[in-house]
Amino acid sequence: MILRLVERTAVLLVSLAVASVLVFGFMAVLPGDPARVALGVNASDEAVAQLRQQFGLDRSLATQYVDWLGGLLQGDFGTSYVSKVAIGPQIADRFQVTLWLVVTAMIVALVLAAPAGTVMAARHRRISGLALSALSQLGVAVPAFLAGILLIMVFAVKLGWLPANGWTPPAEDPGMFLKQLVLPALSLGLVQGAVLTRYVRSAVLDVLREDYLRTARAKGLRPFPALWRHGLRNAAVPVVTVLGLQLATLLIGAVVVERVFVIPGLGSLLLDGVSNRDLLLVQDVVMVLVVAVLVVNFLVDLLYVALDPRLRVSR
Amino acid sequence: MSDVLSVQGLSVTVRDKTLVQDVDLTVGPGERVGLIGESGSGKSLTALSVIGLLPEDVHAAGSVRLAGVSHELIGADERRMSRVRGLQLAMVFQEPMTALNPTMRVGDQVAEAMLIHRTVPGRRSARLAATELLDRVGLAGAMKTYPHQLSGGQRQRIVVALALANDPALLICDEPTTALDVTVQAMILDLIMQGVAARESALLFITHDLAVVATICQRVLVMYGGRVVEAGPVGEVFTRPRHRYTQGLLAASDLESADARLPTIPGNVPAAGQFPSGCVFRTRCAHATELCAEVPPWEGTPAHGFACHHPAPAMEPTHA
Repeated sequence: MILRLVERTAVLLVSLAVASVLVFGFMAVLPGDPARVALGVNASDEAVAQLRQQFGLDRSLATQYVDWLGGLLQGDFGTSYVSKVAIGPQIADRFQVTLWLVVTAMIVALVLAAPAGTVMAARHRRISGLALSALSQLGVAVPAFLAGILLIMVFAVKLGWLPANGWTPPAEDPGMFLKQLVLPALSLGLVQGAVLTRYVRSAVLDVLREDYLRTARAKGLRPFPALWRHGLRNAAVPVVTVLGLQLATLLIGAVVVERVFVIPGLGSLLLDGVSNRDLLLVQDVVMVLVVAVLVVNFLVDLLYVALDPRLRVSR
Repeated sequence: MSDVLSVQGLSVTVRDKTLVQDVDLTVGPGERVGLIGESGSGKSLTALSVIGLLPEDVHAAGSVRLAGVSHELIGADERRMSRVRGLQLAMVFQEPMTALNPTMRVGDQVAEAMLIHRTVPGRRSARLAATELLDRVGLAGAMKTYPHQLSGGQRQRIVVALALANDPALLICDEPTTALDVTVQAMILDLIMQGVAARESALLFITHDLAVVATICQRVLVMYGGRVVEAGPVGEVFTRPRHRYTQGLLAASDLESADARLPTIPGNVPAAGQFPSGCVFRTRCAHATELCAEVPPWEGTPAHGFACHHPAPAMEPTHA
C-alpha cells in the first residue's frame, strides 16, 4: 500500500516535470517573438528590445525555463507582457470560480447517475429501465450550452426563480452565490450525469452477471441488498475512471457554459489570454490545467487502490 | 421419515425450449444423492430451480418442497425465498475463483451468511463463529484475507464454510471440484462429507465424475437430455446399469478394462432444446427401435428404476 503510494507519487512528480518542459517548450517554439507579439507590429525595435530586457526574454531558453518553473513552485506566476499585471492572483481567482462550478456539476452528475444507472441496469428488460435509458441517451445528445440556454429560458426568463447569469464570490454574498450557481451547475451536471449514467449502467450490468452476486443471493440476500453490499464497490471502479476523466475535461470544457452564464472562470481567462496574445498568461493557465488533470488522475489512482484490494499487491 | 427435498414434475423452459422435463427427485434426511450427467443434461438447471436462482429468462414449473418450509419453492417470491436460501438450503457453486466478492475480506463474507439470517446474536459473535468455521476448513487466520490472496482450493473451502454456516437441512453442490486440481479435489470432497455428516444435512451432489459419485453418494440419479433416465443406489446403478445411456457412460469411464481404446458413446449431446421426442437418447443409442419414438415409461420404484424400452438385461455385466 505504502509502496503503491510512493510509486504513484513518483509518477506524478515525473509527469509534472515532463509536462512543464512540454508546456514551456511548446510556447517557446511558437513562431514570433513574445515581446513583438505583445507590443504589436507597429512598435519600434527599441521598445521591443526594452520589453525583452524587462521580462528577461533576452536570456537563454534554459534560464527562462528555470526562472519560470522556480517562480511557479513559489507561487509566482510572473507578470503579463501585455497588461503588466501579476498573473498569479488572476489565475487563483478564476480557478476558484471554475472549481466551484465543476465540482458542483460533478456532484449533480453523480447524484443523478448513480441511482439512475443502477435502476436502468436492474430493470434493463423492463419498460421503466428502457424509458430511463432513452432519457439518458437524449441527455447525452444535448450539448451543455444548449441545456444552459433552455434552463435560462425556463427558470430565469419564464419563471424568474433564478438569475440568468452572473457570478458572486461565496464570501461576498452566499445566498446570491448559490442562486447563481444552480443553473450553470445544472446545465453541466445534467449533461455529464447523462453520460455517467451510461457508464454506471454498464458497470452495474457487469456486476449483476458476476458469480459473487449469485453467491450473495444464495446466502439469502435479496437482489437489491446483494447489489448494494457486494456490487457497489466493484461497480465503482470503472465509474471512478470516467468520473476522473469528466472532471479533468470539465475544468477547461466548462468554458462554453461559463460564457453562456457570464461566469469569470479559468476557461474564459485562457480565451482572453489567447485573443490578447498574452503568451505568458496562456502558458501559465495551460500549466495549471495540466497540473489539475495530473492531480485528478493521481487521486483516481489512489481511489482504485482504496476500492479494490487486488491492486494493493506490492510488486 | 419424510424427505428433506421433494421435487416433482420439474420442468425448466427458456422461451419455447424445454431444457428439463418431468424430473422427480427426493433426498431424505442426511442422505447423500448424486445427480450425474454430461454438460447440457440439465443437472445444474435442476439445482438452480431448487434454490430459485435461475437466470432471468429461464423459468421453472412443477413442485419443489423443502422440509421445514411451509410453502412451495417454485414461484415463491423473493422475500420468502431469501429466508430459505442460506438458512435451510445452501449451495456451493462450480467456480471458486469468482464465487467470492473480491473487495470484501473473506471473514466478513462468512460472517455475513450468519448475520443475514440472525443465527448469531451480533457482529462479534458472527465473527467468532466465522473464525471457528474457517478454522474447521483448515484456514485458520484467513479471516482478514481477501479472495485474491487465496488459491482456488482455499477459496472453495471458504465457499463450503459459508454454505454450511447456518447448518442447512440441504446442501447442494454443483460440480464443486471440477475447476480444481485433482490433488485439491479430495480435500474439498472430504470437507463436504465431514460438514454434512456433522450437521446431519442432506446432500445433493451434482457432477459428471462417476468416481466422485461412487465415493460420496448413497443414491444416484442419471440425467440425460433434461430427463432422469435412471435412478437407484450407487452400487446397483454402477454395477448393473439398466438404461443404455448409463451403460454407455459407465463403459466410457472404465479405465481398467479398456485395453486399447476407451469406448465412447457415438455422436454428441444435442444442443439445448434439440433433443429428440420420445426417448431423448434414441439418436445415439445402438439399441433404439421405432418404439423409442414414444417416451419410455418409468420401470421400478421412484427411488430405484429407469426409463428405457430396451434396457440392459438385469444381470448383464457392465462391459461385455
